Amino acid sequence: MNTNLLFLIILGGLVGASSGYLGSFMVLKRMSLVGDALSHVALPGIAVALAFGINPMLGAIIALTLATIGVWLISENSDIYPEAVVGIFFTGSLAAGILLTPEPEMFEALFGNIDKITNLDGLIIILGAIVIFILTKLISKKLMLGIVSEDLAKSQKINISKVNLIYLLLVGLVVTLGVKFLGTLLTGALVIIPAVTARNISKSIKSFHILSIVFGIIAATFGILIAKILGIPSGPIVVLVGILLFLFSFLFRSK
Amino acid sequence: MEKTEDILLVKDLSISFDNHEIFNNLNFSVVRDTTVAIVGPNGSGKTVLFKALLGLIKYSGKVTWHKDARIGYVPQKLSVSRDLPLTVLEFLSLKEKDSKKINDFLLKVGFKQKAEHIHHDIRVLNTKLGSLSGGELQRILMAYSLLGNPNVLLLDEPTAGVDIKGEETFYELFKNLKKDKDLTIIFISHDEEIVTKYADNVIKLIHEH
Repeated sequence: MNTNLLFLIILGGLVGASSGYLGSFMVLKRMSLVGDALSHVALPGIAVALAFGINPMLGAIIALTLATIGVWLISENSDIYPEAVVGIFFTGSLAAGILLTPEPEMFEALFGNIDKITNLDGLIIILGAIVIFILTKLISKKLMLGIVSEDLAKSQKINISKVNLIYLLLVGLVVTLGVKFLGTLLTGALVIIPAVTARNISKSIKSFHILSIVFGIIAATFGILIAKILGIPSGPIVVLVGILLFLFSFLFRSK
Repeated sequence: MEKTEDILLVKDLSISFDNHEIFNNLNFSVVRDTTVAIVGPNGSGKTVLFKALLGLIKYSGKVTWHKDARIGYVPQKLSVSRDLPLTVLEFLSLKEKDSKKINDFLLKVGFKQKAEHIHHDIRVLNTKLGSLSGGELQRILMAYSLLGNPNVLLLDEPTAGVDIKGEETFYELFKNLKKDKDLTIIFISHDEEIVTKYADNVIKLIHEH
């Protein structure tokens, strides 16, 4: 195994682990589709970054940060979750992104290309994963209580809207980390699939978080390895490995 | 004397949803270490009043808690999804790290050291929160509200879904807790017998629409 592949697999594992961890909360918050659709917003950000010749991940994170603040504002200021608005907003940004992205970069922007991962990208991924694990751990109890009952959390003077904003920004960050491996169409899948898989067979929150992280790592690392061996784009194969795990977990799900 | 100190002062409280007025200039106070019942027909705004007292909803007017008030809250019927992989122990641990304390409070709210059914003794700690029956969940929420050493309890129909024997257990528990320490209880109830038996004061909400 050459060092470059090892480097990619470690980075992929970090992306998978942080996606799985954050995703476990996303699934419980019943925001799976938002997590998935959110990734589409990265595309116009990448396109603009490419046009200005800056790192596409930087463009992605700016676009995603704006979008997560948007989602947060909408969910804070309305009683019912306005899924339709989110759906329109995200498909709209995907459409705009496709028009803005230059033709040669289109395929990798949509589906990822591990051969284009630079050392700088690697550094961003490592730092990003550290930030995600530390901050998520810090807010995890408040986040969890908010999932059980927002009223209960608020009655304990927990600022649930602040916790939700921090959480959504972290989701934006994790989607950014996955963009180079999975592309904007599929990076949200790594947030959702391992978490749903873990939920099928978890009997406690602790095992749920751990399994979600483990499935994220397996999907990402095996997916990258297979993609490299077969010379195919990594995004689709990572998602398919994740779905295979999901199917197994479904057979063994706990009631 | 400290006994007559107000723990809660509500002044000119008004709440409306979509131009529909629930309260207009409600005024009352609650004396520390007393038990107050809030009664009234369905739709008279009992739960809404609680939410305002807890600062969960917008209102105009003033709700002032004494500065050392520590509030424990038992919401009315919490719906917990069956597929939420959160155990009872993990839920209670969100508030209290000490597992011995958690055990103590479980026994206080009526769980046994050993019973036939896994949901009736402390083995309940390792079952999923979402798998409990309404009454069992209510007991767990009660234990949750007592963790964190509150001196005020807000109980929104705490015994909904609990059988009559269990209902008495709850109110006897509150009575005993009050003996040991300074504890103000504000509870919502439909049960006149319970209200007469346990409440020092009653706030009656009347529906005027």
